[in-house]
Amino acid sequence: MGSTSDENHGSAGVGRRDLIKRSAALGLISVPTMSLLSACASGGGGGSSDGNGAQGQKSKDNPFGAKKGSKLDVMVFKGGYGDDYAKAWEADFDKKLGITSTHTGTQEITGKLQPRLNASNPPDIVDDSGAQQIKIDVLYKNDALLDLSEVLDAPSVDDPGTKVRDTLIPGTLDPGVQEGKVVALNYIYTVWGLWYSGKLFQEKGWQAPKTWDDFLAICQDAKKQGIGGLAHQGKYPYYINVAIMDLIAKKGGIDAVKAIDNLDPKAFVGSDAAQAGIEAIYEVVEKGLLMPGTNGLTHTESQTRWNQYKAAFITCGSWLENEQLKQTPADFDMKFLPMPLLAGSKMPFEAIRAGSGEPFIIPAKAGNLPAAKEFMRRMLSREWSTLFAKEANSLTILKDGVDASVKLRPGTQSTVDASKAAGSNTFRFLYPDWYSEMDTAIQNASNELMAKRIQPKEWLKRCQAAVDKQAKDPASKKNHHD
Amino acid sequence: MRKGQYRFVAGFLFVPVALYVIFVIWPYIQTFGYSLTDWKGQSQTFDFVGLDNYKALLRDDVFLEAIWHNILFLVFIPVITILLALFFAFMLNAGGRGKAGGVQGVAGAAFYKIVYFFPQVLSLAILAVLFNAVYRSDGGGLLNGALIKVGLVDADNPVEWLNEPNLVLWALMVAVVWQGVGFYLVLFSAAMQSIPKDVYEAALIDGASRNQSFFRITLPLLWDTVQTAWVYLGIVAMDMFVLVSSMTQNMGAYGGGPDHHSDVMSTVMMRNFLYYGKSGYACAMGVIMLLLTLVLSVVTLRATRRERIEF
Repeated sequence: MGSTSDENHGSAGVGRRDLIKRSAALGLISVPTMSLLSACASGGGGGSSDGNGAQGQKSKDNPFGAKKGSKLDVMVFKGGYGDDYAKAWEADFDKKLGITSTHTGTQEITGKLQPRLNASNPPDIVDDSGAQQIKIDVLYKNDALLDLSEVLDAPSVDDPGTKVRDTLIPGTLDPGVQEGKVVALNYIYTVWGLWYSGKLFQEKGWQAPKTWDDFLAICQDAKKQGIGGLAHQGKYPYYINVAIMDLIAKKGGIDAVKAIDNLDPKAFVGSDAAQAGIEAIYEVVEKGLLMPGTNGLTHTESQTRWNQYKAAFITCGSWLENEQLKQTPADFDMKFLPMPLLAGSKMPFEAIRAGSGEPFIIPAKAGNLPAAKEFMRRMLSREWSTLFAKEANSLTILKDGVDASVKLRPGTQSTVDASKAAGSNTFRFLYPDWYSEMDTAIQNASNELMAKRIQPKEWLKRCQAAVDKQAKDPASKKNHHD
Repeated sequence: MRKGQYRFVAGFLFVPVALYVIFVIWPYIQTFGYSLTDWKGQSQTFDFVGLDNYKALLRDDVFLEAIWHNILFLVFIPVITILLALFFAFMLNAGGRGKAGGVQGVAGAAFYKIVYFFPQVLSLAILAVLFNAVYRSDGGGLLNGALIKVGLVDADNPVEWLNEPNLVLWALMVAVVWQGVGFYLVLFSAAMQSIPKDVYEAALIDGASRNQSFFRITLPLLWDTVQTAWVYLGIVAMDMFVLVSSMTQNMGAYGGGPDHHSDVMSTVMMRNFLYYGKSGYACAMGVIMLLLTLVLSVVTLRATRRERIEF
């Protein structure tokens, strides 16, 4: 059960994908619930280390004074992105600074990290993600996290005249903010949309569609030739919801996104954008343009089918290429595509859903703070960001963070191009991070719609009911998508 | 007892009882405490809300529906499993054509016994993987693949077994029964072997048919074992967490789809506990589950009480 680490989109982010995986993992042991409750171990804080025992000389290339000969303890989540990227970083770090890094790659972040936090000898830098991440807000409330402003205000490795924070894609730090302070660095930049095989399209003479009508035409043509049109990971309606919600967002513009996030009484019922979006998706269902059986398939099953040219399109985030490495034929030529446009859309075709995930943290009680800060500063250098793109086939939050000279995999390269083309035209729904119950209700409605058990009208009603229910909760007053 | 024996016995009992109290009873008590709060599961900060969680539970359609699903499982899983296991066990032990008045199983009984037991050695996780492959919703599924070949199912519209509101519970049940029958077959076989052969022989001499000897001799003498099986299967039916959460359409987390048609109490509880962050509310569900399970055990044991037959 290879866990995929991506998708910690959001401050409270256990990613949807992770939860999916977790529920599968939980299948291995049926947990008597009650024992969960006795598992809350509260460790008394031990002695404190000042973390600056390893203070070396500060210099222009070493603004925090990471000390030569000191040790750096790195712990990373070894999920969908593996941990080879971190090993490559560490090798480079050790070479340049004369520091000895020790590396822990694990899926059991909680099990490995919690005892060490409680014993006050935590690692120096941690990639706290995956199904067993310790939630960032919990760590923050326990004063376990270092405020990263020092790193973000340090000079950039690539351009000493610029602060690190000014070299990042706008908005990518937001998910790691707690009470106005950045305490977690969400390092991976994910984009969501449709995916297709360049090879298949070339063979069939299809052009990547920019409008919904073109998209439907390709699906129709595919169906004639015995290929499914759209595949989705039906067992997890999260995925088809990405497609539905993106259509709505692009049709109605950022206002449609905010209406849903801010629990507007007309977020769904009475919203033209929502109606147009769901009717468009329903058209695919009604005309039989889905890949047969896709509604009941898991993500691996349907993605693999798509890799076998059984469908023209699939909806997914940019972790897809890395996740499907083994199943993808060598000449498949994976390509990313922003959601095609409905007529009269407020956003341009290039607009994409995008955001950052995979939180890296520095424990406040780390033994070698200078080296940890320096390590993080270098993570946000072009060289290391490129290393990451090569090893993990994914983008980072560094603006233009990949060397043009480096040959990336086709899917990753196409996300680079798409995100360049999108520029500031990115959007993101926040309701899944804020209101998991409402999100579930909407996913559930989408699952019923895809199975033709309900019509678009009923879908809108159900989603509006979920929004209205959430709006009654006084806690929802605290969130606002401005 | 002789002097000192009490202390000796109590000394031995102390450790297991202490362990049980610390790791089972105490968490239960804590759960009840948490169920009266609005605890969110993230930290030790919460407010006392009295019985609000329980009031909300009574209006929670998803949870109430989940109770019905558990009850449905509770009725069907034990009945089907026990009937099948009894039938097979009887056939293997006393179902053969008796030559010259002997009592014996059908030909190849020893081999069948081993084969029937195979599914029992699979863990639930493996069972879920297996049946996911059986019920897979496209032509790659065992069922769909076979039905498409035979021409009963259209290749463009395969049956989404686990995404059909009316099929999903039965599909799960088939998996549980398939796995369980082997174990209870062996259990009942063992019990049948302990029934003296001469009882059967006497019945044969009196001209009893196979059916009569089963209902008049075998079943009454097996009653204790059947009762035990019933309680075990009842526990399985009250749980079902693993199969539901790893086989059905996902409702945010822990399966339960489509449209909550396969949710059981444990999946609803876990979803609220970890995914919605309504941990206090989930604890209230836990308390209700405990009560229902206790009631169930008492009822089962009472309802099936009979005189013990010594032989």
